[in-house]
Amino acid sequence: MTTAVEKPRRLLPRWREYGRPRELVVRYLLLLLVLGLTVGPLLWQFLASLKGTGEDVFGRNASLLPHHPTLRAYREVFEQVPVATYIRNSLLVVVLSVASQLVFSTTAGYMLSKPGWKGRKAVWVVLVASMMFPFESIMVSLFLSIRDLGLVDNLVGVWLPGFVGAINVLLMRGAFLAVPREIEDSAMLDGANEWQRFRHLYLPSAWGAIMVVVVNTFISAWDDFLWPLIVLRSENHMTLTLGLSRLQSSSFGYDQRVVMAGSVISVVPVLVLFVITQRWFYKGVSAGAVKL
Amino acid sequence: MTTDTARPVPVPGAERTATAPGTAAARLRRLLPGPAPGANGAAMYRRWWLPWLWTAPAIGCAVVFGVFPFLNTLLLSFTDAKPLGGAAGFVGLDNYTRMLGDSDFWLATRNSVLYALIVVPLMVLLPLLLAVLVEKNLPGIGFFRSAFYTPVLASSVVVGLSWQWLLADDGLVNTWLQKAHLIRSAIPFLSDSWLILLCAMGLTLWKGLGWYMVFYLAALGNVPRELHEAAAMDGAGPARRFWHITVPGVRQAMMLVGTLTGIGSLRVFTEIYMLGSSTGGPGGADRTLPFYIRDVGLDPLTGNAGYGSAVSVALFVLTLGLTLLAQRLTKEDEA
Repeated sequence: MTTAVEKPRRLLPRWREYGRPRELVVRYLLLLLVLGLTVGPLLWQFLASLKGTGEDVFGRNASLLPHHPTLRAYREVFEQVPVATYIRNSLLVVVLSVASQLVFSTTAGYMLSKPGWKGRKAVWVVLVASMMFPFESIMVSLFLSIRDLGLVDNLVGVWLPGFVGAINVLLMRGAFLAVPREIEDSAMLDGANEWQRFRHLYLPSAWGAIMVVVVNTFISAWDDFLWPLIVLRSENHMTLTLGLSRLQSSSFGYDQRVVMAGSVISVVPVLVLFVITQRWFYKGVSAGAVKL
Repeated sequence: MTTDTARPVPVPGAERTATAPGTAAARLRRLLPGPAPGANGAAMYRRWWLPWLWTAPAIGCAVVFGVFPFLNTLLLSFTDAKPLGGAAGFVGLDNYTRMLGDSDFWLATRNSVLYALIVVPLMVLLPLLLAVLVEKNLPGIGFFRSAFYTPVLASSVVVGLSWQWLLADDGLVNTWLQKAHLIRSAIPFLSDSWLILLCAMGLTLWKGLGWYMVFYLAALGNVPRELHEAAAMDGAGPARRFWHITVPGVRQAMMLVGTLTGIGSLRVFTEIYMLGSSTGGPGGADRTLPFYIRDVGLDPLTGNAGYGSAVSVALFVLTLGLTLLAQRLTKEDEA
C-alpha cells in the first residue's frame, strides 16, 4: 500500500524531465509513425521472406505476419539462383575496394597533411578537380578505358575506378591535421621515424575517420548498381545487386519469397557492419572531419 | 586511441633511429638538442620523393579515373566512337546539333530537372524536421535514430524491389486502400509514367532521409539552447520556434544539403530502373539524363559513345550550373 503511494511520487519528477506528458505522447506517436514508414517496407520484406508457399505474399488474402514461418526461401535462394556466386563476387569487389581505399587514402592523406614539400598544392588541385565530375557524366569514357584495358565483364574493372577516392584522402588529411603537433614532436625526439609515427601515432588517432572510410567504401561498393551494370555481362561475374535486379525483371519465373530472401541476405552484412562500427562512425562524423 | 594528453606517447620501436646512422641528417639530428624541430622539421629528414610515392596512387586514380575521363568525354563528344571499339571518326558538332533536336534528350532533361525541383525542397526540410524530432534525449531515442538510418544502408536495388512489391497493382498499398474503400480499382503506380516518376522521387526521399537527418543532428548541436528557452518563455510555440530559431540556426547546413541533393537528383538512375523497369518507364518516358546516357552511349549494339559523351557534357554543364548557382546563393546569404 505504501509502495503504491510512493511510486508515482518518485517516478513523476523523473518523467517530467523529458517534457509535458501530452508533448511526450505526441513525440512518441510521431516517432512510431516514422518508424513504420522507414523500417516498415524492409520489415515487410523480411516477414514475407519467411512465408511458405501456401501463404500469399500479395493480394487480398495476404497477411502481414507469416503464419508458419519457414526458412525454405533462404534454402531455395541458394539452390535456384547462383546467390552464392553473386555474394562471392560482391565480396571480392568490397574487399579490394576497402583494402585499397584504406591504404592509399591514409598514406596520401598523411602526406597532404604535412607541410614543406614541393608539389603539395598541385596534388591538392588534382584531387579536388577529380571530385568535380559526377560519375554519370564520365562513365562513357570510363567504360571505354576499361574496355581498352580488357576488363569488360571483369570484377577488377568494377573495382578499379574506385580504388582510392579523393574524398577519402581529404577526409583522412583532415583527421591527421587534428593530431596535436606536440605529440609528433615528442615522438620525433624519441627517435620515431616517419613510418613509425604514421603507423603508431597518426593511424590510431584517426580511428574515427578510418571507420568512416571503411563503412562508406563498404556500403558504396556493396550497394553499387550502375557501374557493375555497365561493366559486367555474364551471369557468373554478377554482383549481388545486379543479380537481384535481374530476378526482379524475370520475377514471374521466380518465387517472390525467394527474391525477398535474397534482398534480406544483401542487407545483413551492411547492417552488421554498421552496428559494429556505429560508435566510431558517429564519432568520426561528428569530429568535423567529414565535409560532405 | 586518445591523444588529448600532451604527455609523450611511447612509440614502439622508436629506439631504432629513423635515419640511418652516419648520414648528414643523423649527424644534424644529434647537433640539435632541446625542443623538437619546428613545423617544417619533419621535411628535413624526408627524401624529396617520399611524399610523391605516398600520394602516387591517389594522384594516379584521380588523373586516370577522374580528370582524364572528363577531358576524354569532351573529345569523344566530337566523334562517333562506338562503345565496343572500332575506328572513331571526327564528326564536328554533329552530336550537339543532333542533341538539340532530340526530343528524347529533352524529355530526359525535363525529368532530371523536375526531379531536382521536387526532391530538393523536400529533402532540405523533411530530414530537418526528423532531426528535430530525434534531437531530444528521450528514453529509447538511440533506437529510433538508428532505425531511421536503416534505409540508407540498404542498396537502392533492395529498396526498389520492396517498393515495387508495395506499389504493385495487387501490392500492399493498393490492397489496403481498397480494403479501406478509398479507391475502387488499383492505382497504376508502376505503369503510369507520371506516377512512376513521383514514386521514384519518393524512393529517393525515403532513402536519403536518414542520411541527412544525421547531417542535421550535427548542425542542430550548434543552435544555442538558450534561444529556445527564451522564446518559449516569451510564449512562442514549437512551430514559431522552429521557423525563427532552428531554421536560421542551421541555414548553412540547409544550403549545403540543398546543393548536395540537387547534384544527387541529377544523378538518379537506379530508382527509375527499379520502378520503371529497364526501359525507364513506358516507352522510356521516365528516363533521366544518366539513364539516357547509358541507353544511347553504352548499348553494345546500337550505342554511340560519341553521342553519349555529348549528352554527358550536357549533364556536366547542368551540374556545374547548379553548383555555381548554389555557391552564389550561399554567398548572398552570408553577405
